[in-house]
Amino acid sequence: MKVLVAVKRVIDYNVKIRVKPDKTGVETANVKMSMNPFDEIGVEEAVRLKEAGAASEIIAVSMGPQSCQETIRTALAMGADRGIHVLSDAELQPLAVAKLLKAIAAKEQPQLVILGKQAIDDDSNQTGQMLAALLGWAQGTFASKLKLEAEKALVTREIDGGLETVELKLPAVMTTDLRLNEPRYASLPNIMKAKKKPIEQVTPEALGVDVAPRLVTLKVEEPAKRQGGRKVASVQELVDKLKNEARVI
Amino acid sequence: MTTYKAPLREYRFLLQELFDVGELAKLPGYEDATPDVFEQVLEEGAKLCEEVLFPLNRSGDEEGCTFENGVVRTPKGFKEAYDLFRQGGWTALVCDPEYGGQGLPHTLQFLVEEMVSSANMSFGMYPGLSNGAYRAIWHHGSAAQKRKFLPRLVDGSWSGTMCLTEPQCGTDLGQIRTRAEPAGTDGVYKITGTKIFISAGEHDLTDNIVHLVLARIVGGPPGIRGISLFIVPKFLVKDDGGLGPRNGVRCGSIEHKMGIKASATCVINFEEAEGYLLGEAHKGMRAMFTMMNAARLGVGLQGLALGETAYQTARQYAQDRLQGRALAGDKFPDKPADPIIVHPDVRRMLLTMKAYTEGARALAAWVSLALDRAERDPDPAAREEADDFIGLMTPIIKAMLTDNAFAATNLGVQIFGGHGYIREWGMEQLVRDSRITMLYEGANGIQALDLVGRKMPMHNGRLLRRFFHPVDAWLRQRLEKPELQEFVMPVMKAFGRLQQVTALVAQKGMADPDEAGAAASEYLRAFGLVAMGYLWARIAEIALGRLGGDEALFYKGKLATARFYMARVLPETNTLFVNIAAGAKSLMELEAEAF
Ligand SMILES: Cc1cc2nc3c(=O)[nH]c(=O)nc-3n(C[C@H](O)[C@H](O)[C@H](O)COP(=O)(O)OP(=O)(O)OC[C@H]3O[C@@H](n4cnc5c(N)ncnc54)[C@H](O)[C@@H]3O)c2cc1C
Repeated sequence: MKVLVAVKRVIDYNVKIRVKPDKTGVETANVKMSMNPFDEIGVEEAVRLKEAGAASEIIAVSMGPQSCQETIRTALAMGADRGIHVLSDAELQPLAVAKLLKAIAAKEQPQLVILGKQAIDDDSNQTGQMLAALLGWAQGTFASKLKLEAEKALVTREIDGGLETVELKLPAVMTTDLRLNEPRYASLPNIMKAKKKPIEQVTPEALGVDVAPRLVTLKVEEPAKRQGGRKVASVQELVDKLKNEARVI
Repeated sequence: MTTYKAPLREYRFLLQELFDVGELAKLPGYEDATPDVFEQVLEEGAKLCEEVLFPLNRSGDEEGCTFENGVVRTPKGFKEAYDLFRQGGWTALVCDPEYGGQGLPHTLQFLVEEMVSSANMSFGMYPGLSNGAYRAIWHHGSAAQKRKFLPRLVDGSWSGTMCLTEPQCGTDLGQIRTRAEPAGTDGVYKITGTKIFISAGEHDLTDNIVHLVLARIVGGPPGIRGISLFIVPKFLVKDDGGLGPRNGVRCGSIEHKMGIKASATCVINFEEAEGYLLGEAHKGMRAMFTMMNAARLGVGLQGLALGETAYQTARQYAQDRLQGRALAGDKFPDKPADPIIVHPDVRRMLLTMKAYTEGARALAAWVSLALDRAERDPDPAAREEADDFIGLMTPIIKAMLTDNAFAATNLGVQIFGGHGYIREWGMEQLVRDSRITMLYEGANGIQALDLVGRKMPMHNGRLLRRFFHPVDAWLRQRLEKPELQEFVMPVMKAFGRLQQVTALVAQKGMADPDEAGAAASEYLRAFGLVAMGYLWARIAEIALGRLGGDEALFYKGKLATARFYMARVLPETNTLFVNIAAGAKSLMELEAEAF
């Protein structure tokens, strides 16, 4: 069974984000970039499937500028077998990414496509769902557990009320949540092996996808500064303040 | 809490801008060690250091190692961290692929070692000593010894030690009393004696511990010429590689000490322990010396590593701590006070730390690149040149980087004010941890003697020329560049005086060895400051050309620090030159009884 994993290159989660002075976006020059943490979880899950004998090949896909190859290398060092890089310097919005993934899925015929539930840069939380719709496949989003059985996948999802388990007919799309697993550190030998694994480069044009943005960003602003907290003397005072000042209860 | 993020941008600057690490991949055996591999390995190593090792640094210091009935336990979390470290292949980085190693360059190993020590110096001691033992066996072991011990040292399932020191001798190893008696079989001896201060001598991280022990074969020549080196495993190793019975090696106690508390420092008693001669009989010191360079460079790096953590933490604090107002008028009128980074004196401290740490790293990278060439360059002349350069620079790196680290970590405490003295902030730990680096692997005074007494006269000054000639050429080529004068001129002047005092020390030392001894420490420091000055000038030249790009702030930082170095660090050499010229008289005239 082939598994396709989408990996996005984002600003590292440790970096303090700064908005560009002209408010068109955030500073990305000289900022440490790394793999979207939810995608790391996706790669880890795929590698575990392979180690358990359930997956035969793992393909890591990333889209964006040349530097995305580094992110693919990281996935290869964690255990993916080969990479596909869709080279594009355009802004890639969720719909474009979903269409590109659909085109790749058509070619590669994976049984499972794993994505992060969202990317920590734009927090869209859309790509997986769009892809499932475009492909007409079943989807299990916010997965905290995955179990494969013949021809189907049992995905436990984190929902507001608790945990929900859905049964998906394969091929399917799954998006990962934080508690699905804890990604491994790539080992030195695997980093060295990753260097020799192939990365195929394609373009949106070659895949026949128009990636032109459908949404326009008007402006990007820093969130309002957090006001300093206050200590309350008693539970009573707290309840009172929540009721009368904050008006949340 | 201290802060640590691996300075990956600094590494890239050294590897790709100041030096050209791409050259390494042209050396036979290093084909895979391309710049992108450096980046990937450093990035992954950084994660492990920041996320796994660093969080155990303070708790390890608080808890320390414990000793009970001959058993030593490392602090909570160390075993799990060590398992991750070794499973990740990090113990194998520079090791020979024939024994399961990754065969990557020393230059990369040193940067990884720096990150490990910045994050948790105590932790780094365990794999560090194993690597020393690995290297000794790799260089001097028989084929059978290599097969038996190396694969497990490489994969980290066993660790190693260096057992030199005894109660009556640390520096002067000619006094060693531990004795080795032939046990009947060729190359097998019974080792008896007591070693003290043995780092990683006993612990719970690995299945077996391979001690490398200096001992005297009974009936051998007296003094340093009668010392041999032995492999003494904690558990005997069966022919199939499995563990046999316990050998006659016991930990008697562990030391309670100033710093690196999570590194077990052990008294190790050998009682008729089975030991295997490593290399030739009575040539143990020579065997030890072949791995001394890397070990001493490693200690220099520990120093620089702690300076880095202190700097990162102090830099943050200086931006956050609001206290007093800028002398020239409020900088942040909307805040209750200005951050302390506005004060000239705080800037003096921060810049000293930055200048020391980044200068040190450049110096260490320069030497570690030579270490790789010395091992791999197909051209014997190039190998000899690199080897000379390493020999010359090793005592300087060991001593100056660790002296500076102690100064830098102390400045870190100072920037924190009273909070620096409080354990919770972690700054005082850095001072305590850094202090050992000036002592072990040859106290810094001994490094200075090595420079003046051995390296300076060696091959009629050939080692010195490996430094003097290229520096001289670089400076001369830039005499006509107006924009570089503020860097080239002060370095040129100090460099000229360094050459003068070199001649002076050589001449006076020839007539009276005390003269050389009296000048040694200050000479070493002056040499180091000039070498670092030269590198800061080179850094400034690069920075000047890159001020316009989108990394302007980074290069401005480099340039301003280079200026600070020329104005306020390099002038220390003036005092040193005066002291050196003053000679031994004022040190030697007082009789010992009068002290
Ligand atoms: C935490 C810790 C870990 C250690 N780990 C190890 C280890 O793993 N293995 C090991 O074998 N040892 C280890 N050591 C021992 C360490 O290497 C020695 O302490 C060091 O070599 C100095 O020896 P010493 O303590 O006997 O001092 P001494 O040799 O007594 O020196 C005392 C002072 O005299 C000076 N001095 C001595 N001789 C001369 C001379 N000829 N000329 C000028 N000055 C001189 C020295 O510079 C020093 O300042 C460790 C020590 C510590 C504290």
